[in-house]
Amino acid sequence: MIEGIGLEYFLILSTIVFFTGIYGFLTRKNLITILMSTELILNAVNINFVAFNKYLYPEKLEGQFFALFVIAIAATEVAVAIAIIISLYRRLKTIDVEKANEMKY
Amino acid sequence: MESFGYTVLIPVILFFSFIFIGLAGGKMNKYLSGIIGTVSLLTVTVLSYYTAYSYFFVYGKAGGVYQKIIPFQTEWLRFSEKLYIEMGVLLDPISVMMLVVISTVSLMVHIYSIGYMKEDMGYERFFSFLSLFTFSMTGLVIATNIFQTYVFWELVGVSSYLLIGHYYDRPSAVAASKKAFIVTRFADLGFLIGILILSNITGTFDFKILTDPDGSAITQGSSVAFMGLSVMTWALILVFMGCAGKSAMFPLHIWLPDAMEGPTPVSALIHAATMVVAGVYLVARLFPLYALSAPVALHLVGYVGAFTSLFAAAIACTQTDIKRILAFSTISQIGFMMLGLGVSGYGGENGLGFMASMFHLFNHAMFKALLFLCAGSIIHAVHNNDMNFTGGLRKFMPVTHITFLIACLAIAGIPPFSGFFSKDEILVAAFEHDKFLSVVMFAVAGLTAFYMFRLYFTVFWNKDTQYQKTPHESPKVMAYPLMFLAAASALTGFIPFGNYVTADGSAVETPFHWNVAVPAVAVSFAGILLAMKLYKKESDMPAKISSSLGELYKIVYKKFYIDEIYIFVTKNIIFKYISVPVAWFDRKVVDNTMNGIAALTNFVSVKIKSFQSGQLQQYAYVMVSGMIVLILIALYFMKTF
Repeated sequence: MIEGIGLEYFLILSTIVFFTGIYGFLTRKNLITILMSTELILNAVNINFVAFNKYLYPEKLEGQFFALFVIAIAATEVAVAIAIIISLYRRLKTIDVEKANEMKY
Repeated sequence: MESFGYTVLIPVILFFSFIFIGLAGGKMNKYLSGIIGTVSLLTVTVLSYYTAYSYFFVYGKAGGVYQKIIPFQTEWLRFSEKLYIEMGVLLDPISVMMLVVISTVSLMVHIYSIGYMKEDMGYERFFSFLSLFTFSMTGLVIATNIFQTYVFWELVGVSSYLLIGHYYDRPSAVAASKKAFIVTRFADLGFLIGILILSNITGTFDFKILTDPDGSAITQGSSVAFMGLSVMTWALILVFMGCAGKSAMFPLHIWLPDAMEGPTPVSALIHAATMVVAGVYLVARLFPLYALSAPVALHLVGYVGAFTSLFAAAIACTQTDIKRILAFSTISQIGFMMLGLGVSGYGGENGLGFMASMFHLFNHAMFKALLFLCAGSIIHAVHNNDMNFTGGLRKFMPVTHITFLIACLAIAGIPPFSGFFSKDEILVAAFEHDKFLSVVMFAVAGLTAFYMFRLYFTVFWNKDTQYQKTPHESPKVMAYPLMFLAAASALTGFIPFGNYVTADGSAVETPFHWNVAVPAVAVSFAGILLAMKLYKKESDMPAKISSSLGELYKIVYKKFYIDEIYIFVTKNIIFKYISVPVAWFDRKVVDNTMNGIAALTNFVSVKIKSFQSGQLQQYAYVMVSGMIVLILIALYFMKTF
């Protein structure tokens, strides 16, 4: 708990980060940027976990554990996603999502 | 007790012969297929004769009565606990007799066809279908239950269709085959409904249970009445409708004369000796039911038979196509058999009609097959079906001449040829049972003698026609079957049929009635003498007589306009007032409804196609916006703002 800074500031920050991520996820065509946007979304959630844990249930640790868990999952997810993107690039010579439409018709 | 298990081989051999010739026939020597068909038929004939020998003389009897033996039976289709269909072999006097008839005639036709069809393009096809037909026909006669009969009944219909349409490049043959199939199929509709009613009231398809005179099937259904007749009577009348279609009884006879478009051996086998008597056979098979529980239906059988017999005999006197005369003669003779059944009672002295009918069936198969094969031989020699283009053939074709004469004597009922005995017994049965019918049948007997000898004298005597090519006697492979069948026609009358084939299995007395036999023979002789006077020498008397009869002759010559009536009814009434509106409804209403549904679906799909872009981001955009909207709605209703 940090003196003088209320819970609502953390929530406002996480909301901003979350919608930044959503915006990037929806508008960007570059796969790497889309991946980065999903990381932003996950981090917004992490901020919420830690903040709620600290301000509402300071005697418990579940929120912090969950944040650590999400970080670990995010790391593996990045590994898998990067692998996919690399193999896609080798095949198509591009990482633009709209160009990856070979299976469409 | 012998098992008779080998009888199941009879249809099986024929079936494999059909499959083998049908599949491999085109790849091997053309004549080999004929040989294979004939050899398998020969095997079947030997088996049938052996079956007949051991059934009639060794093992068939128990306590002086011929038993129904089922050596083989297997379940074919089971729909429910009660409803199941079996396939099997049932041996009793009539089925064993039919096996002998079918295999004999079919073997003779096979041998004959080797020569007759020699030049034909569809040689293998012809023999493969002959095997198919013989397979179906044997399956029909050994059926253990009425449903098996129905299955094989349709199979003989199909093979008849295929064989009538053998010359499928001739429009008339195609039309004839379709006509035969459609008319018999229409009649089979009645047969099927009859089967369903019959099995519904008795709870079984099985012949052994259905025709047990002491069993429960006989009495069931006679109590429930519908339109003045018991349900059993209705069922049997409907079954008889199927029989009338197959056996060409009036008014369903129209297909048989046209069926003569097929090759002549086919006419001999299918449309004279075997398939067309299937109707008679089925009535005989269900005879205890007809005789004991539905006498009205049996009377109907008798009257339809007698009327058809007279009707067809009258037409036969006016026709000039050799094969058509024989076709009408077949219809007339089958009418005789139906009459024999119709005037019969069950068992004992009353059972004479049944026995006589079966006897006539047996003899008729022999001499009518012979007549057709002779006709084929004549057509083979002069290349024309019309008897007015023939004459004086006795000098060129001695074998055909003599065998044809024997067959004519047999069908006319001159002793000691076979037709005399069976026809005489039918007349005795009719005489004892129904005086009116017996008078009709005497007239038919006279007409029969007249038209057969009209044909005989016109073809073999009459004028000395100048032929473009001198007619020749048929080759030996065609002549031997003629001789065999001629011998059979001359001698089978002496078989003491009453000891073997009767309604209840026990022997029946066949008394010789001088008061029936003498007038019958006299009538036949009168017919022969009249034909001899008119047709032996070329004269203008027949033309004078026919022109003096005027309109009457024309009506008979046009076969009482039955075909025209059928065409009028179908074209002008059924097609115009039923089929055309139905077709209009189908095309306009049904089709347009379906097309409209399809068009609507198509229209909507085109519109919403762009939703399915495959772009994940677009989906996510829709999902996120949807969620935001949902959350806003939820918040609005929770009134937390």
